[in-house]
Amino acid sequence: MARNSLGRILPETFAGKKVVPYTDPWLLQPTCNRATRGLKRVNPGEKKLLGNLKEAIEAAGLRDGMTISTHHSLRNGDYLLNQVVRMIDSLGIRGIKIASSSIHPVHAEIIPYIRKGVITGFECGVNGLIGELISKGELDCPVTIRSHGGRARSLITGDVSVDVAFIAAPCCDEYGNMNGAFGPSACGSLGYAMVDALHARTVVAVTDNLVPYPASPISIPQTLVDYVVPVETLGDPAKIVSTTTRITTDPIGLQIAKYAAMVIETSGYLTDGFSFQTGSGGISLAVGDQIRTLMRKGNIRGSFGCGGITGYFVDMLEEGLFQTLFDVQCFDLRAVQSIGKNPNHLEISADMYANPFNAGAVVNRLDCVILGATEMDSDFNVNVNTESNGYLLHNTGGHSDTAAGAKLSIIVAPSIRGRLPIIRDAVTTVTTPGETVDVIVTERGIAVNDRHVELKEELARRRAPVKDIGELRDEICRVTGKPRPLEFEDLVVGLVEYRDGTIIDVIRKVKE
Amino acid sequence: MADFQLRRSLLYVPGNMPSMLQNIPLFHCDGVIIDLEDAVPLSEKDAARILVKRFLENYTERNKEVLVRINPLDSKWGYDDLKVVLPALPDGIRLPKADTPEIVERLDTLLTEFEEELELDIGRFRILPSIESALGILNAKGIARTSNRVFALAFGAEDYTASMEIERTAGGEELFNARTRVLWAAKAAGIQAIDTIFADVNDMEGLRRETELIKRLGYTGKSLVNPRQIDVVHEVFAPKQEEIDYALQVIDAIKRARLMGTGVISLGGRMIDAPVVKRAVRVLRTAHAHGLVDSIVDDEVVHGAE
Repeated sequence: MARNSLGRILPETFAGKKVVPYTDPWLLQPTCNRATRGLKRVNPGEKKLLGNLKEAIEAAGLRDGMTISTHHSLRNGDYLLNQVVRMIDSLGIRGIKIASSSIHPVHAEIIPYIRKGVITGFECGVNGLIGELISKGELDCPVTIRSHGGRARSLITGDVSVDVAFIAAPCCDEYGNMNGAFGPSACGSLGYAMVDALHARTVVAVTDNLVPYPASPISIPQTLVDYVVPVETLGDPAKIVSTTTRITTDPIGLQIAKYAAMVIETSGYLTDGFSFQTGSGGISLAVGDQIRTLMRKGNIRGSFGCGGITGYFVDMLEEGLFQTLFDVQCFDLRAVQSIGKNPNHLEISADMYANPFNAGAVVNRLDCVILGATEMDSDFNVNVNTESNGYLLHNTGGHSDTAAGAKLSIIVAPSIRGRLPIIRDAVTTVTTPGETVDVIVTERGIAVNDRHVELKEELARRRAPVKDIGELRDEICRVTGKPRPLEFEDLVVGLVEYRDGTIIDVIRKVKE
Repeated sequence: MADFQLRRSLLYVPGNMPSMLQNIPLFHCDGVIIDLEDAVPLSEKDAARILVKRFLENYTERNKEVLVRINPLDSKWGYDDLKVVLPALPDGIRLPKADTPEIVERLDTLLTEFEEELELDIGRFRILPSIESALGILNAKGIARTSNRVFALAFGAEDYTASMEIERTAGGEELFNARTRVLWAAKAAGIQAIDTIFADVNDMEGLRRETELIKRLGYTGKSLVNPRQIDVVHEVFAPKQEEIDYALQVIDAIKRARLMGTGVISLGGRMIDAPVVKRAVRVLRTAHAHGLVDSIVDDEVVHGAE
């Protein structure tokens, strides 16, 4: 057993890998080279187009114990991973690890294949039922949760080596050039898959929209793609860009958004050249809307918006409020349409977006980011992975990456959720360390990390409801009462990896 | 200083909904009207009353004016509403269907009795009568003067239009006379006037137009049905920078006058006396509530030291 710098107790090893305890967000210096893969040669006249997934799996030489990946840009509309797993099973291959960029509730369909031993590990976080069953100890399948930047890093350093990447390609030609902007399964940015295309031993493009050579524009080029497989459909278009991106109308949510906007305005970053990331949740969008109003009023011209992109961000780009959008993932149809036509709406890889081990990621250039939480604690640590019942239900996304990168990371959340206080003495799971969290905003007040004394004073001067984090926690607990602590068994079922590859926390089996 | 109590926004909160009651301390409205009347179904009248009492007992750090809208006194719930809720010390009662001065007088008497029983200062509980029928409009003048407890008249257009058997329209022309009469009655009695609710919570432009209208007429605030309406109403009532600058000059001038031992002084050729100072103080208090000025003007400025 070891203890990391946040006091979390970790095993020495997990699923056969050595566990390196987290110490700090900045200091770990990588010493290895980038991971490599073999050179390839495709001569004139050779074909890449295969008949079906079965042929692709065989051609890629997938065997027992290997690792596969997909991207999650089709979100909960993705059919590909389920299809691939079924085919792997029918070929009798066992012991496969999944290193996709994320797993969605739609992939609960692979649960029987986990039970059967076809899938024996996740080198990525999971959303939904799979995580819940793993937390309950009902599925024996080790999970290593990674942030978007951390996942890119793990492929680039070779911590995770993907044998076969199956890349859903909404628009693809027979030689492997592809983009995500067009076709029945259009999902916009292919930012996550770009990393797989560069690092997987074999790259298979799977498409339901085979276009005459060359596909244009080219997000992932033919030089990286070994095979092309046509399938009937990649996913359910209604669920691919279905994120219900609507500004909240809940008065509490709006109040939180108003306070968050006040924090940004007070911070002094909201001037020409401002850069911003906000999520697709109702409160995050409401913050975005307030910022938009402030930018219009102050005639402010921002530099860039980034992250998962929504139609609201597209409107701000088109209105000239931002010069550029850096898009690693499109959240809705308007974002998809924009990326296909607006040259200032740039598709970027997860590596460029958030990998800590390159010559500088986009998150490093962020002024402000708005993030959510399932829990926070009095050290400003944030949990987004587990819920108050202890179950692993959510993936990290870019949470810890942007918190580390941005000058001002702001967590917005209602103070009470399901009758439980959002601020605890200690979070169940640390996703993002308090050292990288600057401000916590709830409808009951704003807590500013002690590192920002000036911001705290200025907010108080403007009569914002600034409170000490402990004070805020106690105030909420006076309404809710103190929840009984969850009970866990010693068994570790998952690791929460920080973006640099060290282990910030573990997921333990919940005592039933 | 009841005179300057800001009542731009009085938000209705249903008395039977714990999830909304618990957020009362968080909203930035000037006051709340916790509703035991129309918002509460008949089957929940008892429960709501007790819930409101418990909420008020626990709401110890009061940060806004708290009124309770009781059921009409001639209903079978009105008296019990008072009996249960008053010991938890709301600031006042919003009295529905205050059609005649006698109805308000009756509440006044009841409140005095409760104050005696609870050993409170007489006059502690204030009254906000709702003028919401043709009869109420005609009696508004008398109602405004019934009791010192009456700090404002509230116009209730929903019930008023029902009593008139007419539809409420977006333009609100049908309300104009009634609105003005309520306002005159209030102003003549030296008290505030609170306008009716704006029911469409998604029509912020409509709300803004209506609030601009009632502000121009002389209303000092508005009843609200949704917290989202607070900001719009406050924006409309926010003093303009010129108004603030002028008010600051007035206060400065009157302070100089007091030093010279007079209550009147000229500022840029205009005479500054008590009414002008009073208006300036109101502007500055509103400005302070909006965070536009840092300090509050104290009462001494208005009246001079004794």
